Amino acid sequence: MQALVQTLIYGVETGAIYALIALGYTMVYGVLRLINFAHGDVYMIGAFVGFFACTQWLPFKDLSQHPEAAMLNVVLALVTLLLSMLICALLGITIERFAYRPLRNGFRNADAHFWGFVIALPVTAFAGAMTTTKRQGVFLFAGVVIGFIMRPVMAYLAKRIKPSGSRLNALITAIGVSLMLENGGINIFGADPKFIPDILPKRQFNLFGLVFDSSGLIILAIAAILMALLRYIVLYTRPGKAMRAISHDIDAAKLMGINTDRVISFTFALGASLAGAAGFMVAAFTNIKVVPLFGLQPGLKAFVAAVLGGAGNIPGATLGGLIMGVVESLVASKFPQWRDAVAFILLIVILLVRPAGLLGKNTAEKV
Amino acid sequence: MNQQRRKSSLLGALLVSAALFGGGCKDKEESKPNGTGKSGETTTTASRGNVVTGDTIKIGEYGSLTGDNSTFGISTDRGIKLAIEEANAAGGINGKKLELVAEDDNSKSEQAKTVVQKLVSSEKVIAVIGEVASSRSMMAAPVCQEAKVPMVSPSSTNPKVTAIGDYIFRVCFTDDFQAVVAAQFAWDQGFKNVAVFTDVKSDYSKAFGELFANKLKALGGKIAAEPTYQSGDVDFKAQLATIKGATPDAILVPGYYTEVGTIARQAREIGVTVPLLGGDGWESDQLIPGAGTALEGCFFTNHYFAHDLPDPNIKSFVAAFQKAYPGKQPGALDALGYDAAKVIIEALKRSKSLDSVALRDAIADTKGFAGVSGKITLDEKRNARKEALVFEIKGKEFKPKKSYKPEQVGL
Repeated sequence: MQALVQTLIYGVETGAIYALIALGYTMVYGVLRLINFAHGDVYMIGAFVGFFACTQWLPFKDLSQHPEAAMLNVVLALVTLLLSMLICALLGITIERFAYRPLRNGFRNADAHFWGFVIALPVTAFAGAMTTTKRQGVFLFAGVVIGFIMRPVMAYLAKRIKPSGSRLNALITAIGVSLMLENGGINIFGADPKFIPDILPKRQFNLFGLVFDSSGLIILAIAAILMALLRYIVLYTRPGKAMRAISHDIDAAKLMGINTDRVISFTFALGASLAGAAGFMVAAFTNIKVVPLFGLQPGLKAFVAAVLGGAGNIPGATLGGLIMGVVESLVASKFPQWRDAVAFILLIVILLVRPAGLLGKNTAEKV
Repeated sequence: MNQQRRKSSLLGALLVSAALFGGGCKDKEESKPNGTGKSGETTTTASRGNVVTGDTIKIGEYGSLTGDNSTFGISTDRGIKLAIEEANAAGGINGKKLELVAEDDNSKSEQAKTVVQKLVSSEKVIAVIGEVASSRSMMAAPVCQEAKVPMVSPSSTNPKVTAIGDYIFRVCFTDDFQAVVAAQFAWDQGFKNVAVFTDVKSDYSKAFGELFANKLKALGGKIAAEPTYQSGDVDFKAQLATIKGATPDAILVPGYYTEVGTIARQAREIGVTVPLLGGDGWESDQLIPGAGTALEGCFFTNHYFAHDLPDPNIKSFVAAFQKAYPGKQPGALDALGYDAAKVIIEALKRSKSLDSVALRDAIADTKGFAGVSGKITLDEKRNARKEALVFEIKGKEFKPKKSYKPEQVGL
């Protein structure tokens, strides 16, 4: 019995993380009917921001040598948490702005500018790497120049590209962005595992024969605070109300004067910041290895959690995440090799039995 | 419109900076063939394999210089380079200089096969050194076997590696021995009831766990629980809780350093205080950063090398190593890389002719070579019969605790 309760507690800890990631999936699905497969990789970026902040950017103290610095580290950890959330939010906005919005609204001049550089810079960087001259700066300059030259070319192409309402295009783009972040991560950060050192003092508490660990409790507490905050934003603030309006009917919302693009950006920022927080917390408080594929498995599981709770439904994502965590934990304690399989068995079962998810409303799809 | 445009370009700049912000932290060791062109001409003939015709002798190396277990490849590479440099400084072989062609396999099995193909068929190396991970050695070995180019693995311990063919050698012991040593050590320490926690994705881990369990049971011990994990898992607490419920005297985790640290931390977090045991997959300077203090007082079996062993051979190696790589302390993988290269260099001196087929016979004849990781004699199965050393983790150091000869564990 005690062992069972203990397993449930571990399940809730894992589940809280799944829930945080699942919220991003579900909010984006709510407003755009898009499954943003790049979301798991935003979570990975959150972990990497945490890693660099903890090891290089911020003056964390090694607690084994300076035990008195615990307070400083707590403050810095909070700063890192906010930093992870901020950078991930910016990344989320960027992904939406340059990958999904052109598909939705058409390709504009600003996009032409951006893609001109995106094409020009790697090409010149590659040329720079291939030559033996010492003047690498010349190539960077050339890249900028070519970027400007590319702009009208892209703008010309832009006129020929028509927006497509197809959800399939957006979905495939999402997979593309995900692969780009993963492999770009391998290129930039390297695939070798990195570890965040202990930044906070750790303690275990025994209560009724159950063991509670401080890092698990911190994850739970921060997750709960963030979810409460999200609930407040969605229910009581103007952008939150606009988000809900868009998820009901995007065209009607537009007619009511809501700047839908801006609200969609806001939604991505919100979801991405939650994922960033989750990524940092997992990397820092469970000390697992940080690699560019960090977000692959948790991302997929959180996606299942979002579907389980009802895609587009915010309390549903939280519920789905917790259920996923607990089920996984229970399965892992008895049949560890089935741990990953069970998530996807759940997905198949829920799609067969209740396709709208546990809390989702069953609505007829307009054809 | 204009305002919107400006905002978009700002965002574009943000993405670029986001993509570049980690650029300064890139920790990649580029490995390119050092030297191209006229030197090192070789040809292939059917009966002699790759034959040296130019004035340099090319030796190939493949390893995980980047990727999941990059510390394995980088350590080995340091040892190999040191051996080659020493040989060249001493005048080379018959007046010919040695040239190392190092290739990175990104810690990927398929990549290992591709780069070895390149080494034997386009670089025409006379011998190949690599890999650390058994699964990657096993992918590349058939390529060497077919091309009749001898391959010497510095530290692949899975017994199947050298069984691939008569051109495949290793300078380390096998898991048949290592796991038995671990079991014997556990028994000697009084760990009679041991839980075995293996990685189902790794051949090394599974075989290690099985051989350990067999030996411990033969000695009269018990296996308390046998849960599994998968490399890449985030949460091990559920399985560790099962282990905790079985109240073992120790837990064997024969995995790689990438997961062991996390497992140890989570074990301590849920109140498991018994020591963890492991194998040579733990050897990495990333083990302690991953584990923090959670592995204090734990033990792992490893190759017979420690930088502070009182052996003159080791002392001179450590001195040379620190001269070549200031501020670095050599580990077993550096030593094995060095020994693998040394075995080839010694064999080149004895080889009847400078072709890969004759070199194979010379390598097979290696007897009583005094390496820095122990005396190396290659047996008829092309494995080295060597001692194993059990290390204890104290603070940030690995301290030699006890050594075992094959005879001591009935092998």
